[in-house]
Amino acid sequence: MSDSKYQTIYFKNKPKIIGFYSIVGPKEGKGSLKEYFDYIMKDDLFGEKTYEKAERKMVEQAVMGAVYNANITPKELQLFLSGDLLNQIVTSSFAARSFDVPYVGLFGACSTMAESLAVGASLVNAGYFNNVACSTASHFSTAERQFRYPLELGNQRPPTSQWTVTGAGCCILSNKGDGPVITSATFGKVTDFGINDVNNMGSVMAPGAASTLIAHFNDTNTTPDDYDLIVTGDLGKLGSEILIDLMEDHGFKMGVNYNDCGQIIYNGKQSVLMGGSGCGCSATVLNSYILKKIKNGEYKKVLFVATGALLSATSTQQGDTIPGIAHAVVIESQENFDNSKKNVKSKKRSKK
Amino acid sequence: MTEIERNERYNKYVEAKIAKTHAWPSLFNAFWIGGFICVLGQIFNDLLLIWFPTMATQSAWTFTLIFLIFLASFLTGLGVFDKIAVYAGAGTIVPITGFSNSIASPAMEFKNEGIVFGMCAKMFVIAGPVIVFGTVASMIVGLIYLFL
Repeated sequence: MSDSKYQTIYFKNKPKIIGFYSIVGPKEGKGSLKEYFDYIMKDDLFGEKTYEKAERKMVEQAVMGAVYNANITPKELQLFLSGDLLNQIVTSSFAARSFDVPYVGLFGACSTMAESLAVGASLVNAGYFNNVACSTASHFSTAERQFRYPLELGNQRPPTSQWTVTGAGCCILSNKGDGPVITSATFGKVTDFGINDVNNMGSVMAPGAASTLIAHFNDTNTTPDDYDLIVTGDLGKLGSEILIDLMEDHGFKMGVNYNDCGQIIYNGKQSVLMGGSGCGCSATVLNSYILKKIKNGEYKKVLFVATGALLSATSTQQGDTIPGIAHAVVIESQENFDNSKKNVKSKKRSKK
Repeated sequence: MTEIERNERYNKYVEAKIAKTHAWPSLFNAFWIGGFICVLGQIFNDLLLIWFPTMATQSAWTFTLIFLIFLASFLTGLGVFDKIAVYAGAGTIVPITGFSNSIASPAMEFKNEGIVFGMCAKMFVIAGPVIVFGTVASMIVGLIYLFL
């Protein structure tokens, strides 16, 4: 972790989130963020025959919803970046069939929302593309059958386990229009601290999150206090506590402005043990609660760190330890970004 | 600090950080729900013997097992079994109900992948090892019995 320089890139041309949309399952729709979501599904199948098909439909709706909210037409969309948890990222690729738009599939497990935003912002900032859709989704029922047990199996979940969020989120990035600005991104390194318990993802991903956060603070010369909100993707209760300890070991004190999407998406009465997880966890919380609060001025500068566990069912069965990763993006309100630019300019002038 | 030392330290730290769970509430739930299932089986068994006085005790046992297997599969199909099992733990797994559920639940789950390679093939993903170990164990016991 010592040579953590140059993991961060800066976007000078103001790639903006001009539209965003979130869709969640019925359980999430009863959680503590219910009034922030754009759409709450009435049942997990969403009118489809299989849960996999439902997940695809969620991505399609999220992208179309974000396009609508961005006030552009589907034809103006130039690129579709997406990823998910299923084998061969079928959810994203199959959803991409319904859009007449170039598609790049990404895999970063549950870190995909930040990954797609970082890649999308780079492409928009460079001027290669405009109106880029960055999306991801997860579904409890598809993730369970791929990584764990059949839904109806009568087993007890270990106390450290988390609940995969059923939900999808999408952001439209553009260099025109108005909206929260993505100002920098920190790409994370893969970390593996030797955990091989599939029911303890928080402790798998916490070192990854710590590595990326430390790199980000060092690269940008900031401290946790410089942000109105620092939010990790799906560390859950245990993972968040571990992250706070790991950061303190490296001299960074995470204050009350730190939170975790997995911990805020459900309410205390929903039996989800350590909290939410999955691509959809950070995607839906970002595309509802966080971006809405940046838009209404409650948050000015948010550090969004989506965390992922890069495992497959095969690697787990063969006894491999689980690598974790985290990518971070800084999202600022437009006013805040403009003001900070003015301040820099006035400082330069006063120096002259 | 080498990577192995770091990982060992981290694993120990995580282990200590995990909130300890109390065994007694789980044991209590497992005991009364598991016991209730057994009482249910016994009642069915006794009723059979009352209703069909000519039935052999051995046959009544078999019918009782079939009854419990059916009941567990039926409740699995209704989506109720897993909700009971969250509280019961070993209480529903240990009686034959757990075995029934472990066959019925993957059969339901994988029916979308087709009858042959989905439902029928995946039906045994969880119960398969139990069948294999059960068969091997009974062979070993049989051999020992042969030479005694």
